[in-house]
Amino acid sequence: MNPKLQARNRILLRKLSIVAIGMFGFGFALVPLYEKICQVTGINQVVKADTTVVSTQVDKSRLLTIEFDSNSRGEVGWKLEPLERKRPVHPGELIQVVYELKNPTATTVAGQAIPSYGPQIAGRYVKKLDCFCFSQQEIRAGETRQLPVAFVIDPDLPDEVHTVTLSYTMFEVGGTRREAALPAPKG
Amino acid sequence: MQAVDAHGHDHAHDHAPSGIMRYVTTTNHKDIGTLYLWFSFAMFLVGGAMALTIRAELFQPGLQVVNPDFFNQMTTLHGLIMVFGAIMPAFVGFANWQIPMMIGAPDMAFPRMNNWSFWLLPPAALLLIISMLVPGGSAAAGWTLYPPLTVQHGMGMDLVIFAIHILGMSSIMGSINIITTILNMRAPGMTLMKMPLFVWTWLITAYLLIAVMPVLAGAVTMTLTDRHFGTHFFNAAGGGDPVLFQHIFWFFGHPEVYVIAIPAFGVVSQVLPAFSRKPLFGYTSMVYATASIAILSFLVWAHHMYTVGMPVEAQLYYMFATMLIAVPTGVKVFNWVATMWKGSLSFETPMLFAIGFLFLFTLGGFTCLVLARSPVDAQLHVTYYLVAPVHYVMVAGALFAAFAGVYFWLPKWIGKMYDETLGQWHFWLSMIFFNVTFFVQHFLGLAGMPRRIPDYALQFADFNMISSIGAFGFGLSQLLFLYILLKAIRSGEKAPERPWEGADTLEWTHLPTPAPYHSFETAPTVK
Repeated sequence: MNPKLQARNRILLRKLSIVAIGMFGFGFALVPLYEKICQVTGINQVVKADTTVVSTQVDKSRLLTIEFDSNSRGEVGWKLEPLERKRPVHPGELIQVVYELKNPTATTVAGQAIPSYGPQIAGRYVKKLDCFCFSQQEIRAGETRQLPVAFVIDPDLPDEVHTVTLSYTMFEVGGTRREAALPAPKG
Repeated sequence: MQAVDAHGHDHAHDHAPSGIMRYVTTTNHKDIGTLYLWFSFAMFLVGGAMALTIRAELFQPGLQVVNPDFFNQMTTLHGLIMVFGAIMPAFVGFANWQIPMMIGAPDMAFPRMNNWSFWLLPPAALLLIISMLVPGGSAAAGWTLYPPLTVQHGMGMDLVIFAIHILGMSSIMGSINIITTILNMRAPGMTLMKMPLFVWTWLITAYLLIAVMPVLAGAVTMTLTDRHFGTHFFNAAGGGDPVLFQHIFWFFGHPEVYVIAIPAFGVVSQVLPAFSRKPLFGYTSMVYATASIAILSFLVWAHHMYTVGMPVEAQLYYMFATMLIAVPTGVKVFNWVATMWKGSLSFETPMLFAIGFLFLFTLGGFTCLVLARSPVDAQLHVTYYLVAPVHYVMVAGALFAAFAGVYFWLPKWIGKMYDETLGQWHFWLSMIFFNVTFFVQHFLGLAGMPRRIPDYALQFADFNMISSIGAFGFGLSQLLFLYILLKAIRSGEKAPERPWEGADTLEWTHLPTPAPYHSFETAPTVK
């Protein structure tokens, strides 16, 4: 192979390697990119208050059942429970419900609750005005805490939906578990 | 016809060691092509054995042969091995053998890197196989490696991740080699638009590979760091998102479909004109169609994940963009048919496989198009209606094209003919058993049978039994292929200089049969 061709080949090799390395970086760049897209388009923003104020017109002609559910992930040993399991409501009515988070273990731990909805389509009609899922919860060893949620069911909810399930899953925030060094909760 | 110029200095530069060291140290594109092809055939048999394990389990409802966890490992490894170990290396093997000969180059641009690209493959294959033997077994999340399963799985998953890293490096090096060879080393007078279509398809495929293999490497690297280094790319417990993996994976995964299909298009575009004794119809439109398929393939990835909860607007976009791919693909299919139109056809084995490809690939393309519609996909997602078209495209598409290519070029490679009668038997057995295996899976899918499940409801029993019988028939037919190859190599009749009078690319017109070890040391001039 003549040296001139060899040099041309090497240049192309270098260029193509840069493309390959660049695409490896692009794979990682997709992570913040998707995050940005979701923020801008409002997809998957489940732990933010709904700023679009819905009409407060209560649709008395329609009665729905709201079911409350909860799960805990991981091996933390805490327990999240709604104080009531279901409630009949009218669309447009302000609903307040309390969940109870218990930490019977000897460690302090911070967690984040992530909501999900059933059926899936109901998700966008549940307008949360206030929710403990908007912030992280640090719960000390042995503490029990009551966590409120306030929301409105948008009256535009499709007619075929009769039951909406609101479910929270409690996730531990990475590396926050520590042995009970804090004083026991007062009261 | 130009006389074949015998290269008198055939063995002049041949100081290669003999025996196995010849193949370990070789930098000759023909040796490396041979290595790729044998390696891919070995992997094809391994992946095939896994497929037969799956079909044996599904022969009857209930659990008889393997336990569900092993079944899941089989579906996962079957996919990975067939895609990365069998089909892709097979076409790289064709590229190694054919591209230098078709463009009049003495060898690939980087012969030593070429050697390295091949010898990375056996360790990767070994890692995949060893992963079955470690505690917890191999990856069992399907070849798409979706989290959270892949984040939770045992150390077998790590071995699979490293195997993918190595396979990716091999593909990228191979692609760089192919692009450089094609762009810099064509014979004088061979302009880009005079290149045989097989070379064009590989040029486009190699660019696709360089663009997407690193993205897959990134995705599995993120899985790896999620598993061991406390990152939370896909781990929901740490604020990550499993759906993100699907987006990154399919950014690789959809172009990957074309990485497999486009070289197959290339082989068929050489075989059909040769046995129709007509030039390829619409060469220019073929080139543009292939390029537009490649570009569109980057814009449709989310049609693999309609059911993750996308907004309707996004579903509509992906749906129409996906359907748009049918246009350039349709151009290709019409061109192939028009190539045969009023041609002087003869039906030797390569032509049979090429026509089989054309027929079944088009059928698979249509059923894929059914799935492109998101409302239909919501019903059929993760059913056997997905398994069937995938295999129409991958087996009847890519694999049949590879068979066509082997039968077509074998006389040039080894200077001996295969047994035509047995070749035709191989085709018809493959064709019939393939359809017995996979056609009924359409019905299973429409009836709602989910894929990747070792057991199923009783109403699916008959079709599953038919499918399993077909699968074993298909698998055994491939042993006939091995026999045909060995017979041709050991005792095949001597091939004539131009076994196919319709084939008119440089390797047929300018080189003797069999092709000498070193070819085109002085470049031919192409008019």
